[in-house]
Amino acid sequence: MGWFWKFTNSSIGKKLVMTVTGILLIIFLIIHLAGNLTLYWGAKAFSTYASTLELIMPLLRIIEVLLALVFIFHIINGIRVWWGNKKSKGVENKISAKSKNSSIFSRTMIQSASIIFIFLVIHLDTIWYPYNLGNGAENLYGIVTGLFMIPLYSWFYIFAMALLGFHLNHGFQSAFQTMGWNHKKYFPLIQTVGTIYAILVAAGFASLPIYFLYFHGR
Amino acid sequence: MSEKKINLKLKIWRQSAPNTVGSFVDYSVSVSPEASFLEMLDELNNNLEKNNQDPIVFESDCREGICGTCGLVINGEPHGPLPKIATCQLHMRNFKDGQTIWVEPFRAKAFPVIKDLAVDRSAFDKVIQAGGYISVNTGGVPDANSIPISKDIASEAFDSAACIGCGACVAACKNGSAMLFVGAKVTQFSLLPQGQPERQSRVEAMVAKMDELGFGSCSNTYACEAECPKGISVKNIAKLNREYRLAKIKSKNVEA
Ligand code: SF4
Repeated sequence: MGWFWKFTNSSIGKKLVMTVTGILLIIFLIIHLAGNLTLYWGAKAFSTYASTLELIMPLLRIIEVLLALVFIFHIINGIRVWWGNKKSKGVENKISAKSKNSSIFSRTMIQSASIIFIFLVIHLDTIWYPYNLGNGAENLYGIVTGLFMIPLYSWFYIFAMALLGFHLNHGFQSAFQTMGWNHKKYFPLIQTVGTIYAILVAAGFASLPIYFLYFHGR
Repeated sequence: MSEKKINLKLKIWRQSAPNTVGSFVDYSVSVSPEASFLEMLDELNNNLEKNNQDPIVFESDCREGICGTCGLVINGEPHGPLPKIATCQLHMRNFKDGQTIWVEPFRAKAFPVIKDLAVDRSAFDKVIQAGGYISVNTGGVPDANSIPISKDIASEAFDSAACIGCGACVAACKNGSAMLFVGAKVTQFSLLPQGQPERQSRVEAMVAKMDELGFGSCSNTYACEAECPKGISVKNIAKLNREYRLAKIKSKNVEA
């Protein structure tokens, strides 16, 4: 398996690791968002969604472990790529025309990722952990809506989701390019779909704290 | 005949040797708008030499945009502000009277500065030596057109072959990645029948060499395509990614 190790450590192999894990995370986000949106239908709908997931319990834990591995690979490999690339560039030009020759989304992947990572830690600590490992039968709807009523929590949530949109806008089309699927006919469509996907995911998640903070029950 | 001249302020990177600290030095020039950027530097160098000062080192050769030797970062852009030209094809009429122009060398770890604006791009030669060729037995010259290649394929391969190896893609890239250059070479050979026998070993060897020399990993910002004087498309990088992946899956080479 030495060749495989070398492959995943090559410049192109590292991109592929980002791509494969990225695609899995893109799919995960759709499922997660669909579940979250049941919050709009109230406590009962949301609990039904949560308890439906519980039905596949042993499997759910396995999926969670795999998901965690995907996240870890995406994060660690991403940092490796970023750090290696910084070294490959070395000294930078004093004057840069980067805003003329590339998009801000593509240039800020590490920054958007850092904020999303902080969000992820807070997210797991305040929602996933109390619900799954907390003492007593916690009510997920209560936990979530309670958090959304805290302005600072919600604002950071919204900010992180905006940056998630930035990250996905570049990541989506980037995945196709790295797989080598840049076709004259279809690539512009892929870029458009990626942007729509990024907006929908960011807006979808961010709409929940906005709703609970400003509109729910008023 | 009195010709109208434009006055420019230049801030040029001066560095006396590879491992010394460099800095920007200010120069004022009055130059014909019809002069090319390199002619402007020639004039400046003539004046410097007249005053017993060290002339500014920069590279050039054909001065008609086909050799890939010249290459300066002008106001932050490799080969200057106009698309699809080399530095030698940039004329002073594209600058405004009184404008300040920053002139810097290409920047990448794999392209160390030799002196002033000249950088060592021999890393590209090493990547080519690793696999950017076809092996043919010497002997009689084969008949022309003995290998049928359709016009479409020939044109596509030529689009990639238009790369002049200037290195602007590396300089434009925030990651110092050479993938547009390597992608162009790999694509060109992979499209033509002559490139087939070494198709897998070529891409494996060229990518390994590129990594070894310290070029970065593409993160798809596409700055390279925007700055490439020959308009080489990032589809060449997509093709490189695919060729490399398939080579890794299919080739019998377990060492590389
Ligand atoms: S791909 Fe373009 S920018 Fe890069 S070396 Fe070739 S001609 Fe120069």
